[in-house]
Amino acid sequence: MSVVARIGSHLRTSKTVMVSGGTLCAIALIAIVAPWISPNEYLAADFSSILRAPTMSAGHIFGTDDLGRDLFVRTMMGVRVTFVVAIVASVVSLVIGVLYGATAGFVGGRVDGVMMRLVDTLYATPFIFFVILLLVVFERNFLLIFVAIGAINWLDMARIVRGQTLSLREREFVQAAQLIGVSTPRIIFRHIAPNLVGIVIVYVTLTIPQAILIESFLSFLGLGVQEPQTSLGKLVNDGTKQMEGASWILLIPATLLAAILLCFNFLGDGMRDLLDSRRSQ
Amino acid sequence: MSLLDVTGLSIRYGGTEVVSGFSLSVDSGESVGLVGESGSGKTQTALAIMGLLPGEAAVGGSIDFDGTQIVGAAEKQLDALRAERIGMVFQDPMQALNPYVPIGKQLRRVLLQHGLSDGREADQRVMHMLGRVGLPDPARQFRSYAHQLSGGMRQRVMIASALIAEPDLLIADEPTTALDVTVQAQILDLLERIREDTALLLITHDLGIIAGHCERLVVIGNGRLIEEGPTRSLFSAPRMEYTRRLIAAAPRLDGATAPLPETGDILLEAEQVSVSYEEREGRQQLHAVQDLDLQLRAGETVAVVGESGSGKSSFVRAVLGLIPMRAGRVTFCGHELAGPVKARATEMRRDLQLVFQDPVGSLNPQLRVERIIAEPLSVHAPDLDAAARSERVATALQRVGLDEDLLRRFPHQLSGGQAQRVAIARALIVNPRVLVCDEAVAALDSSVRQQILSLLQREQRATGLAVVFISHDLAVVRSISHRVLVLYLGRLVELADVAQIFGHPRHPYTRALLDAVPVPDPLAPGGRLSIRGEVPSIVSPPPGCAFHPRCRYAIERCRVEAPIARPVDGTRVACHRAEELEL
Repeated sequence: MSVVARIGSHLRTSKTVMVSGGTLCAIALIAIVAPWISPNEYLAADFSSILRAPTMSAGHIFGTDDLGRDLFVRTMMGVRVTFVVAIVASVVSLVIGVLYGATAGFVGGRVDGVMMRLVDTLYATPFIFFVILLLVVFERNFLLIFVAIGAINWLDMARIVRGQTLSLREREFVQAAQLIGVSTPRIIFRHIAPNLVGIVIVYVTLTIPQAILIESFLSFLGLGVQEPQTSLGKLVNDGTKQMEGASWILLIPATLLAAILLCFNFLGDGMRDLLDSRRSQ
Repeated sequence: MSLLDVTGLSIRYGGTEVVSGFSLSVDSGESVGLVGESGSGKTQTALAIMGLLPGEAAVGGSIDFDGTQIVGAAEKQLDALRAERIGMVFQDPMQALNPYVPIGKQLRRVLLQHGLSDGREADQRVMHMLGRVGLPDPARQFRSYAHQLSGGMRQRVMIASALIAEPDLLIADEPTTALDVTVQAQILDLLERIREDTALLLITHDLGIIAGHCERLVVIGNGRLIEEGPTRSLFSAPRMEYTRRLIAAAPRLDGATAPLPETGDILLEAEQVSVSYEEREGRQQLHAVQDLDLQLRAGETVAVVGESGSGKSSFVRAVLGLIPMRAGRVTFCGHELAGPVKARATEMRRDLQLVFQDPVGSLNPQLRVERIIAEPLSVHAPDLDAAARSERVATALQRVGLDEDLLRRFPHQLSGGQAQRVAIARALIVNPRVLVCDEAVAALDSSVRQQILSLLQREQRATGLAVVFISHDLAVVRSISHRVLVLYLGRLVELADVAQIFGHPRHPYTRALLDAVPVPDPLAPGGRLSIRGEVPSIVSPPPGCAFHPRCRYAIERCRVEAPIARPVDGTRVACHRAEELEL
């Protein structure tokens, strides 16, 4: 079995992973399907029902906001954005981090030193300052959020991959391949990379909630997605303004955000445990 | 009533039963050997006796220790039993000792936690115990950390910690497997001397080490009791086939060996090879190997023997180009091999292959056996089509005696012996002319070891393969080597024909290595320890002859003048007194 298949077969044996993964799939499915079939439009403002509390009868199951927009559809749209940001940011950090880390680890020596000092420098840069700078220099747009989040997350990934590569490079099967005459690129792709897959998968599942959190944080500060687009962080921000009169506007997206984060964290932890148990066997 | 009574013990993990209906008893003060191949359930049994099995193990039957039932006992009860009444020594002392706590403190804890002693008295008891297990300067060792001690010293500490509470039973699980032969002999000797009236349960796969040290033997195979009896009668008249096989597999220094294959022309020649490591950049140079020569003929096996730290691996790795040489010249069939292996011509890489000590570690865990064995073909025969390739793989598999249904497996699904065969198949598939085996059988059971050795010899006969065989154990190389090169601290000690080395060793160190080999015969005198202590650190090698601090024949000259290897009686020896000594 390949790593993926092996982790797959273990997944079925872990309750944490099953439950959290299942919940996430359900949320994602609803977020994709619900806005299509809901009678309410995402942007349509219904001034006859402003700040209506959640009811089943009026068709607004999550209630409406201060412009009379249906909160259910808006929340689901927010979930969509949140998921997209999380996944794209994670992929960005995965690609940069793995390539950077594996190169530094395998080449080693001075190259490794220079590359990792650059990572240290970026670590030392205050993140919010960095984002505000980006937003001031460039225009605010959706893409920038990916860049900002990816730029933070790949640092951890690069460090982890580099460490793993360093230890793999010293393993005997790599020496055996060198002795046989296998070329360096082939060693990296055939012997190093497959052995990184496990740890990378686990790490990515742990990066996703981090990315979601950062996006929500940026949106909450007003630095993230812009109207008319929305995200969970932005919905929470909107909710705080109506907190005293219409608490559901805050509570519903906040609860959903917490649930998603919790599920991803459980998923990542569960995957890590599975990987560890496979190692110790 | 015995001290320990195990009856009908069964241990089950999920659907697999690893121990079934096993029984064993140990009387007070008795020494019992528990022998079996790896995977036979001997360690599981030991853990069950200690109550240390993991939670998912289902244990059945009864383990009665002096009236206390261990199966199903509460953790608190077990805690009191362990250390106070049962001590245990594990295989790997480095893993059993806490690296952050000085060893004296660790031992003291045993006493304090069980309320066996208080404050100052505990310190004294620990110090006394450290002295008894043969640690020099106990007061200093008391404050040392595990990493500051050598492997043998650590195992002595483990024995001290197991015995400090004066338990009634000491369980030693493969206590010497991770150690050099010379150190192994010393540790076994120590166990024997120190235990006094403590009963001993010695668990091992090696009948050789048990023969001289246990009164009674219990043989375990496949989780079942095979047979038991007094050591002498079991050795002289084993009733079961399994026991006979174990006895036959134990390496011996006597008895006939099959004739060796004919040798041909010189293939590989290394001259004046030196290897140094830099300890921290630009600072002290460690001379791991100094001025070693080696000539290897087609069809010949040369064994490179020495304790760990003798530079065996560094030497052959430098010859192969895996690590840089400081000085020296290596030629193969008249062509000079210079620079690292990456820079060498493809056909040169094909002709020199290496088999590693850890069979599983040298196989990529993500690849199936089929792809592992086929990999060299992608470099050395890239034009082969899929059919021809799988035929070559099948042939290679046959050569090493493996079934074709292993092809779809991953390395972790193989046993140690199977994995080593796969590694050998990978090396042999390109038909190399020289095969270097770096402790290739050290991690294997003795029965599997024999199979691998005869496999190598068969290959040699068929193809004229030349083999460099690295081992720390002289007994292992006896049946397969033409010549033996003995190393100590990176220098040549003795180079001679196999008959000469085993019959008339010329160097005290060679003699010591021979003496240290455990004899699988309870009637043999055995235990003739002619060497003490361990290899000194290469950071500060002793002046003069590097071996002189451990040599009982050392004279003044040995302390000041390093001996130069010279021919004596058709062998090369580096000893000032080679001519006069009768070893």
